[in-house]
Amino acid sequence: MSVHKQVARTKIQNNSLNSSARSPAPNLPIGRASSKISDWLIRVVAVTDTRPPTSARGQQHESHGDLRSLSSSLFIIILHFLYEIMAVHGPVVKIHPVVLASIVDSYERRNEGASRVIGTLLGTTDKHSVEVTNCFSVPHNESEDEVAVDMEFAKNMYELHKKVSPSEVIIGWYATGYDITEHSVLIHEYYSREAPNPIHLTVDTALQSNKMNIRAYVSSQMGVPGKTVGVMFTPLTVKYIYYDTERIGVDLLHRTRASPSRTNGLTTDLAQVASAAGRVQEMLSTVLSYIEDVLSGKVMADNSVGRFLMDLVNKVPKITAEDFESMLNSNINDLLMVTYLANLTQAQIALNEKLVVL
Amino acid sequence: GDRLNGFENGKTQLLCLCVRLQVVLKIIKHYQEEGQGSEVVQGVLLGLVVEDRLEITNCFPFPQHTEDDVDFDEVQYQMEMMRSLRHVNIDHLHVGWYQSTYYGSFVSRALLDSQFSYQHAIEESVVLIYDPIKTAQGSLCLKAYRLTPKLMEICKEKDFSPEALKKACIGYEHMLEEVPIVIKNSHLINVLLLDLQEKSTVADKHELLNLSSSNHLEKSLQLLMDRVDGMSQEIVKYNTYCRNLTKQQQQKQQYLQRRQQENTQRQSRGEPPLPEEDINKMFKPPQAPPRMDTLLIAGQVNNYCQNIKAFTSQNLGKLFMAEALQGHSS
Repeated sequence: MSVHKQVARTKIQNNSLNSSARSPAPNLPIGRASSKISDWLIRVVAVTDTRPPTSARGQQHESHGDLRSLSSSLFIIILHFLYEIMAVHGPVVKIHPVVLASIVDSYERRNEGASRVIGTLLGTTDKHSVEVTNCFSVPHNESEDEVAVDMEFAKNMYELHKKVSPSEVIIGWYATGYDITEHSVLIHEYYSREAPNPIHLTVDTALQSNKMNIRAYVSSQMGVPGKTVGVMFTPLTVKYIYYDTERIGVDLLHRTRASPSRTNGLTTDLAQVASAAGRVQEMLSTVLSYIEDVLSGKVMADNSVGRFLMDLVNKVPKITAEDFESMLNSNINDLLMVTYLANLTQAQIALNEKLVVL
Repeated sequence: GDRLNGFENGKTQLLCLCVRLQVVLKIIKHYQEEGQGSEVVQGVLLGLVVEDRLEITNCFPFPQHTEDDVDFDEVQYQMEMMRSLRHVNIDHLHVGWYQSTYYGSFVSRALLDSQFSYQHAIEESVVLIYDPIKTAQGSLCLKAYRLTPKLMEICKEKDFSPEALKKACIGYEHMLEEVPIVIKNSHLINVLLLDLQEKSTVADKHELLNLSSSNHLEKSLQLLMDRVDGMSQEIVKYNTYCRNLTKQQQQKQQYLQRRQQENTQRQSRGEPPLPEEDINKMFKPPQAPPRMDTLLIAGQVNNYCQNIKAFTSQNLGKLFMAEALQGHSS
């Protein structure tokens, strides 16, 4: 359970004029920082709550109202703040880049007038983590007071996808945009019927904070049992996970991203080795300049970096010159022979072809 | 498939192919999750044609041909998928298909047939070949091919005898033409890439500079040997056919000569000449072996050789780099 829930519960307890404005339930596993913050918050709320019970009813309501607005704004601030600083208890969300690329693409293709796009997330779940491997967008209409999602479509698409990869299940849904609106709650409710404990992913494609914030949430009940029950979205940590081949594909795009027309060609084989060699050279020169700085005293020597440098130098295997020569020559001979054979074969089939035509 | 306006038959010259990032990632993911070992995975490419470029904007995978799913209707799956995608504004025009390959062996009859049916319906369709093993070695290997117009003609006629092929002057090099691929992304995708680069904690894999090569070479050479064996069998078949043909011609000539002699003899004796018999029925010409398989094998062997040569040149470069490192330290 997260600290937010605990804070909310104590606030509600305090607001209902419960006299025990003291420490919260002690058995919750909370981090040290979060417990400090929650203590502070509870003390603030308790202090502002102690007013003489005999004051007029109207005044009480007013002070309640002030208190509530104060606490709700504090609540939201702390929610955003805590998202940045601590790992929340709950499953870790691992996202593949293919999902993000699809989300961005469906955002770019949205209908006129739609401000955001929603869709289903597919993947696999584990005890401690959720891996998102696929997604598809679902058409929906959203206006001020109502939201309509095409559920038939979602079901259909899921069936089709299941035919290809039967191991993927619905694990949640995504929406583009920065905030969580009330409509999200409704949609989330639908998805909780499809999957146990669905994940909600938001991708900020409008780039509100100059970055594409990608966040994941899980919903949890909050409120006083018996009275109005609300839903709260607790944030989860997001990690990016790649298959090796995916990593290589994405790396290729990183490297050639600077082209002005946003296009890249796939380079030929030897050119790739040359560019890889160029990158290694760059890295070596960076390291060398750092060493120069340390030697001339400009930068403080750091022991851990020193150890890494030792490792680096020791990685070049120490082989006697003759052994290395012989190894190198035998390898080169193998490769040259294979090249020769390949050329021979090509010449042979070319000849054969010409002979047939004769 | 839909016919696209503005193109005359057979005159289009596709200069290049623009592929979006998510198509690449989806193909990679499909192979990674569903393809094991030497099975191929296939799927459909969707996109549109813009002037002289073919843009591929989306794709979806085909499920594997499982044994227990006899009543699985491929066409229906495809139709449903395209209809659903149309709802969310994704381009639903079929522009080709993709396939993964095992060590570069994809020039086969099946591929030819599929690509022919695609290209027959849609002029500009391509087949994207994704090589996962080469990609795992360090750099994305994605190539696009189409059938040359000459090969299209031949497939249309369905006449694969040696005479027809001789007439068309088609060699194994002119079967498939490669279309250059360019990866094009929108600005938003670039923002995403920047974000990913900042946040990803996985260390860079320097697979490209890996020195070990013998495993890959062995496999490639083995496949090459199999194909060359197949090739030699075809050659033997063709040779026997040629020999049989010439023998038959000789026999025919001899028979005709004998006939003539007899006829002259009979005439000299005053008897009516023997009736003209149908020569062709007596000497049925031997069946000409279809040359298509030979052509395909030759194309495949050529492909293997190209791949091997590229691989060895890369490795030579890496070995020289290793030598340079040793030179500095010793």
